[in-house]
Amino acid sequence: MIFLLLFYEFFKIGLFSIGGGLTTLPFLYNLAEKRPDWFTAKNIVDMLAISESTPGPIGINMATYAGFLTAGPFGGLIATLGEVTPSVIIICIIARFLDQFDKNPLVRDAFYGLRAAVIGLIIFAASKVFSVTLFKAGSIRGLETLLFFILLGLALKFRKVHPLIWIVLGAALGLLLKLPS
Amino acid sequence: MSINRDKTTLWQLYFSFFKIGGLTFGGGLAMLPMLQREVIDKYRWVTEEQLLDIYAIGQCTPGIIAINTASMIGYRKRGVWGSIISTLGMVTPSLVLITLLASVLTHFEESILLQQAFGGIRVAVCALITQSVITLYKRSIVDFPTLILCLVTVAGTIFLQLSPILFVIVGILFGLVVQNLKRRKAE
Repeated sequence: MIFLLLFYEFFKIGLFSIGGGLTTLPFLYNLAEKRPDWFTAKNIVDMLAISESTPGPIGINMATYAGFLTAGPFGGLIATLGEVTPSVIIICIIARFLDQFDKNPLVRDAFYGLRAAVIGLIIFAASKVFSVTLFKAGSIRGLETLLFFILLGLALKFRKVHPLIWIVLGAALGLLLKLPS
Repeated sequence: MSINRDKTTLWQLYFSFFKIGGLTFGGGLAMLPMLQREVIDKYRWVTEEQLLDIYAIGQCTPGIIAINTASMIGYRKRGVWGSIISTLGMVTPSLVLITLLASVLTHFEESILLQQAFGGIRVAVCALITQSVITLYKRSIVDFPTLILCLVTVAGTIFLQLSPILFVIVGILFGLVVQNLKRRKAE
């Protein structure tokens, strides 16, 4: 039963997250709010960190991790299969019937609005990442916030540096400063 | 797009996408160089132009871009089975690696050192996600209507806890309607 539910929830994520990667994040937060016994908002931040520092598409890594936390190794498999099933179905249909799907004017019009909504959804997800990391019981964690601005400044200056490097640096600083404060 | 059958086997498709999935970090755009090496240079499954078209389609259809791309190349070679097998190849490395890592990490959940490391990692994730938001924002918010839609989405999800699915649908309809109105105004 849990596996059926897991497949259904991740099928929905696969169907509605258009643009890949981070776009699955708001859906995961929505799921954590709806089913707190599966995984928590804090789990999702760790999932994201691990998914960015291991090979493979981020969306797939996060689905495997989330499924694992919900129902063990088989849960990871089911969540991942659920997330890719809509892709396979839709791509087979498009490949068969719609040449040049991306050049269709209606698709382009739709994307003008979709992109704006998706960035809004990612800001929502970011607010959740921030709230578990930089805030505690309504007040700001000073050390973490200071560190955040330093890392952000560096990440914006050195854009070409791989996310893995920032994550390793974060881990080293966490050990050094004995975070979370 | 027609199915272009040749001697390509399902095993070749599986193994190629297994390699691409296991050797690229991050998926999406980061995957392109590896894709070019495997599906263009090595097997000549598609041409450079076709790959870019397939990639563009993958970006505007539901689901993970890497999966959509694998799925479409697989379909072109071996139909529906090619699509399924390529997708499975792409997700196998993630399944194995993440399952291993997740079991190790849940086992050592109580470790103080691990908690401290993750305390710092979470801060790095905050910086990375802010960096992504800045980049995406410049590309997505191009005028006043898109700014309004973005703000409404943020407010609706954070304060009213509305479902992200609702805003995906609203975004698509908004794009169709606003672009149509703009065109009428121009005429």
